[in-house]
Amino acid sequence: MNIIVKVQRYNPETDDKPYFQEYEVEMDPNERLLDALMKVKRFQDGSLGFRKSCAHGVCGSDAMRINGKDGLACKTLVKEVVEKDGDTVTVEPLRYLPVQRDLIVDQDEFFKKYRSVKPFFINDEEVDKQERLQSQEERMIFDDTTNCILCASCYSACPVLEENPNFLGPAAISQAFRFITDSRDMGFNERFKILDKPDGVWPCENNFQCTKSCPRSILITKRINQLKRMLENQKKGNTE
Amino acid sequence: MIHQFDTVIIGSGGAGLYAALEASKKSNTAVLSKLYPIRSHTGAAQGGISAALGNVEEDKPEWHAFDTVKGGDYLVDQKAANILAEEAIQAVYDLENRGLPFNRTPEGRIDQRRFGGHTRNFGEGPVRRACYAADRTGHMILQTLYQQCIKNEVSFFDEFQVVDLLLDGTRCTGVVVVELATGKLHVFAAKAVLFATGGFGRMFKITSNAYANTGDGPAVCARRGIPLEDMEFFQFHPTGIMGLGILISEAVRGEGGILRNRDGERFMERYSPTLLDLAPRDIVARSILTEVRDGKGIRGDRQIDDYVHLDATHLGKDTLMQKLPDITEFCKTYLGIDPAEKPIPVLPTAHYAMGGIPTDQHGRVILDNKETIVEGLYAAGECACVSVHGANRLGTNSLLDLVVFGRRAGMHIAEYVKEAGEPQVDDSAADDARKWIERITDGSEGPHGGHISDEMQTTMMEKVGIYRNEKEMEKAVEEIQELRKRYREVRVQDKSSTFNTDLLEIIELGNLLDLSLITAVSALNRQESRGAHSREDFPERDDDKFLQHSLAYLEEDTVRLEYKDVDTSIWKPKPRTY
Repeated sequence: MNIIVKVQRYNPETDDKPYFQEYEVEMDPNERLLDALMKVKRFQDGSLGFRKSCAHGVCGSDAMRINGKDGLACKTLVKEVVEKDGDTVTVEPLRYLPVQRDLIVDQDEFFKKYRSVKPFFINDEEVDKQERLQSQEERMIFDDTTNCILCASCYSACPVLEENPNFLGPAAISQAFRFITDSRDMGFNERFKILDKPDGVWPCENNFQCTKSCPRSILITKRINQLKRMLENQKKGNTE
Repeated sequence: MIHQFDTVIIGSGGAGLYAALEASKKSNTAVLSKLYPIRSHTGAAQGGISAALGNVEEDKPEWHAFDTVKGGDYLVDQKAANILAEEAIQAVYDLENRGLPFNRTPEGRIDQRRFGGHTRNFGEGPVRRACYAADRTGHMILQTLYQQCIKNEVSFFDEFQVVDLLLDGTRCTGVVVVELATGKLHVFAAKAVLFATGGFGRMFKITSNAYANTGDGPAVCARRGIPLEDMEFFQFHPTGIMGLGILISEAVRGEGGILRNRDGERFMERYSPTLLDLAPRDIVARSILTEVRDGKGIRGDRQIDDYVHLDATHLGKDTLMQKLPDITEFCKTYLGIDPAEKPIPVLPTAHYAMGGIPTDQHGRVILDNKETIVEGLYAAGECACVSVHGANRLGTNSLLDLVVFGRRAGMHIAEYVKEAGEPQVDDSAADDARKWIERITDGSEGPHGGHISDEMQTTMMEKVGIYRNEKEMEKAVEEIQELRKRYREVRVQDKSSTFNTDLLEIIELGNLLDLSLITAVSALNRQESRGAHSREDFPERDDDKFLQHSLAYLEEDTVRLEYKDVDTSIWKPKPRTY
């Protein structure tokens, strides 16, 4: 089948503002949208800019807006988009991050927010030549949040960021959850202060767009709400 | 632009990050990566990392080392295999202590499962040795190491592509890289350089490898006179998703999955009576191809793209969800099937380079068969050849290799740079790279790389794949040489400097073409069958002539081969049966 890929183009060296360009590509319905972009790049227009690597949804490079929905081009099959929205597929860069070239966005702000929640294991107790123990139940509490590939789909999908660009955003918060609820981690107090800031967890309005867009099926909104409750309980405990 | 560091690490997968954690403790360290660090292909490794912890049944490092040697068809350097197996235990504890969320036993200890070729008591039967985090073990290792790098404030240069290696005689003085965002050339002068650039499966048509796996480190080294070791040994993983090559972890078979032909027969009973579906990968991949060639593939048409079934329907939804969730999702996304209900159509997929940049046990690069060290130059991970994988790597030993030898290289670098003097490097160091890039971007019309890339992948898949013979490989060498000629005329279509991914792909293609040539010539010259290298015209292993590592030197348009001895000081080579 033939499809039209309508891509938002932008080259800061030559363009004042972004514009759309259409490419016609012959595709097998079972192929990925990333395959369509690769066919354009390799055989029609080498100047098309986008990131890619693993091509099966585990590296997080090719997150973009596909017919207005955020997701990975390598996890989106041609037949799915065509069945839903017809044979023209509109592809745009992720929102809220500056576009550097075509579908390539500057992820610095996203990673800065991620780093701000101390997304690393905190526990200074010495362990000598052995593992720390953790029950299967304890391990499962934070299981889904360990799947995050930091693709920023959720970040682009979140309507809150449109109003409040300083909001920490879904990915960073879910990564804070990953460590806070790990029975082995001791960093709750350090992360508490960061999450409790006005731009921390509180701006979330339960739009569930992050959860819907997550290519790794993380229940992000639920995790944010769990953290909100933990913070509230902690504060109650502090004042009592 | 010239930057000065004690240590420069190229690549931010498992090996690069582990080395960075060690080296940055004691030296001014920069990590350069063409991807954002957490995008590296370590993250795609699924099934596990082996260590003889003995958490669920008796196990010993000695058994692990022996399995590694036998799995590699005795081309493994045996003292290195011992290091791998012995240091595995602390390596896994280190990862756990740094927060890695392993699956747990009912007692709360790290859980372990079976994997191909890993046995108890020197081959008696499968042993539970693979520590795992669902089927995302590589993802968890990559995340954990990156998180620790954030904690330790390691300096990253993201989206910088290496294009040249700087040598002063037999001393490394730095690297030349292109900054993708601006197209600018940078010179990084360094006392120590570590290549950790991963694999190069993209030379083949059907591969589990990422687009980024283009062997940049080995190619850059080869063009500067560093030999590449054992390049004829490339592993085809038995179970890739039909057509796409996406990896279906060996853990599916580790958990009890069974390969079946069109008659529903468990055909591995005929090829490997003891280990069955958990025989090493080279054996299973050949068995699948033999079934297909005998008309026992699912379609039965004997075509190269016929396939077999990996049956996991009897494992139950719970096991699939808890231990193999990503595999389940891949099947649903790309095949539209639920592995709890239907068997998975699979075919071998190009997966792992056993060969690479020759190193010693500290990751130091070796220049010849006389153990001459290139001072200040290191390699670790898939791009390196220690050699712990020999002619065929066992499943889970790649993640282990990254961690053990990434760490060892990082530790050695930390000591080395304390004594080493400052390298003398000036702007002219980038001249060769600049000329190359200026040619590709000179504005003249030339062919685009897409077709050349396609033809290279087809040639390598069909003529230097699982089964090989002289006639086909001679043709392959000819075709690759022709493609290398055409490559010289390739020009960019993208004329800008900002994020010129067109230029990046052309650079990568050049690397793959050089490595394809080296692989084909090395394979042509090895007139025996050993591990992953199966010659139809030389079906037997020939220890008299070929119990040797190959060293391939790229000299302009020819490849010169030398050989060096294998360390067989612990176990004498025996026939390899399972």
